[in-house]
Amino acid sequence: MDNSNLVLRTKLIDRLFHWSMVSCFMLVALSGLSWFFPSLNWLGYVLGPPQLARVLHPFLGIAVFTLLMCMFVRFVHHNLFVRTDLTWFKHIMEVLLNKHGQKLQIGKYNAGQKILFWGIMSLISLLFVSGLMIWRAYFAALFPVPVLRLALLAHSVAGLALILLVIGHIYMGIWVRGSIGGMISGYVSRAWARQHHDRWYEEEIAPTKPLPSKRHG
Amino acid sequence: MGMQSQDIIRRSATNGLTPLPQARSHEQEVAKLIDVSLCTGCKGCQVACSEWNDLRDEVGHNVGVYDNPADLTPETWTVIRFDEREDEAGKLEWLLRKEGCMHCAEPGCLKACPSPGAILQFANGIVDFQSEQCIGCGYCVAGCPFDIPRISKKDNRAYKCTLCADRVAVGQEPACVKTCPTGAISFGSKAEMKDLAATRVEELKGRGHNGAGLYDPAGVGGTHVMYVLTHADQPSLYHRLPDDPHISPVVRGWKEWLKPVGALGFIATLAGAFAHYMGVGANTTDETPPAEPEKELEDAGQGPNDNGRDA
Repeated sequence: MDNSNLVLRTKLIDRLFHWSMVSCFMLVALSGLSWFFPSLNWLGYVLGPPQLARVLHPFLGIAVFTLLMCMFVRFVHHNLFVRTDLTWFKHIMEVLLNKHGQKLQIGKYNAGQKILFWGIMSLISLLFVSGLMIWRAYFAALFPVPVLRLALLAHSVAGLALILLVIGHIYMGIWVRGSIGGMISGYVSRAWARQHHDRWYEEEIAPTKPLPSKRHG
Repeated sequence: MGMQSQDIIRRSATNGLTPLPQARSHEQEVAKLIDVSLCTGCKGCQVACSEWNDLRDEVGHNVGVYDNPADLTPETWTVIRFDEREDEAGKLEWLLRKEGCMHCAEPGCLKACPSPGAILQFANGIVDFQSEQCIGCGYCVAGCPFDIPRISKKDNRAYKCTLCADRVAVGQEPACVKTCPTGAISFGSKAEMKDLAATRVEELKGRGHNGAGLYDPAGVGGTHVMYVLTHADQPSLYHRLPDDPHISPVVRGWKEWLKPVGALGFIATLAGAFAHYMGVGANTTDETPPAEPEKELEDAGQGPNDNGRDA
């Protein structure tokens, strides 16, 4: 492949954070679902027998939270809302129907991705706090039962919301060809960058051309 | 208990589409009736419970009251509560209550439990924990309106009174009933126990205990451990016995409302994504060699294109 046609979008360290978090998240989410929907009890066996899954779930949850906090630090400056995000919102239907002809002034992440970012970060924080509270082996005894009930409900609501958000995120990765490969290798094509993140391309990529793109991701 | 495996009416974390073994569901409902006015606080029931169930709790400390151990534990399934109270006339009353699982007709523990078969409710009304299925999550603690289940630090499993399900299954009364030297604890069919309670309540009223009555709270569908209280109008006098126990609305919201809403959320999200993909097609990128920048506008405007570079 002609490297000069590729641009680095996600650095190695960020990709490592992302995919290690994904691995833990899958296990945590599936075991969590096995308790929320007991008819899907078998999902919990990704972590071994049910008792073992109960032991591992909170530790893996802490790993997810920690990795997401690392990603927060690395990604937050790209995900602050800016005025041009309004353009994207105004054209949301065209975006979804893949019919946007005009440049939408999309930065490194589009407004939908920013919503996802803040949604994930707030939900994982709620899951972290409520999860510690209902952690029977260590902390649950510190809280009165009515508080535990609220924490359990909050944990379930936040868990469901987060999993649904992530399903949407995965779908967008499948729908927008080039994204998953980009998140694995770190590189996307110039055409991809122009098509999906025009402002990012113009501000960060185009000025450096004709760059022989660096491979030290 | 294995002996009762043919008369299960509820099983934790199991939906109603798969009926439980009910070949013996003609079984009578049983009940334990505790008459607090006859209790002397001797704790014989505590000893009998530990002995029959082979429980060896640590010897605790005196914490300034007669309650000993100070609370229910994974290895103490019943405790006599001693509450002092001065009535309106300034007369001291010592209110004793044998605390333990109430064996609710609508058990909050069973509703909350996520582990299939870890909590069973039998046709005779007994609610029993199946320890080998318990995962130690503690949801039963949150589900219980009476604050009864305790999770063991030794094995991370929940424990509580079994109503001596193993004894009842072979026609015996629970160990505490057998032991009680004052006859404060009776055991029989729920109907018989209600009759007995009615007689006792009449006697107590005749002796001036106008508030006497039966504690069989309707909020949890009635219980299979009932009390005759001298102050049935104020159950909370007896060491915070709930006046109107019911499964918390938060627990109901979590188990009865959020579950179907969550399931719909999954179906809608997955179906929506699939429908979108079928309708709109993959969002591909035209990778033909970059033309002059002026052409960008048109390039970006093109629809789905199979030339795209695959992920």
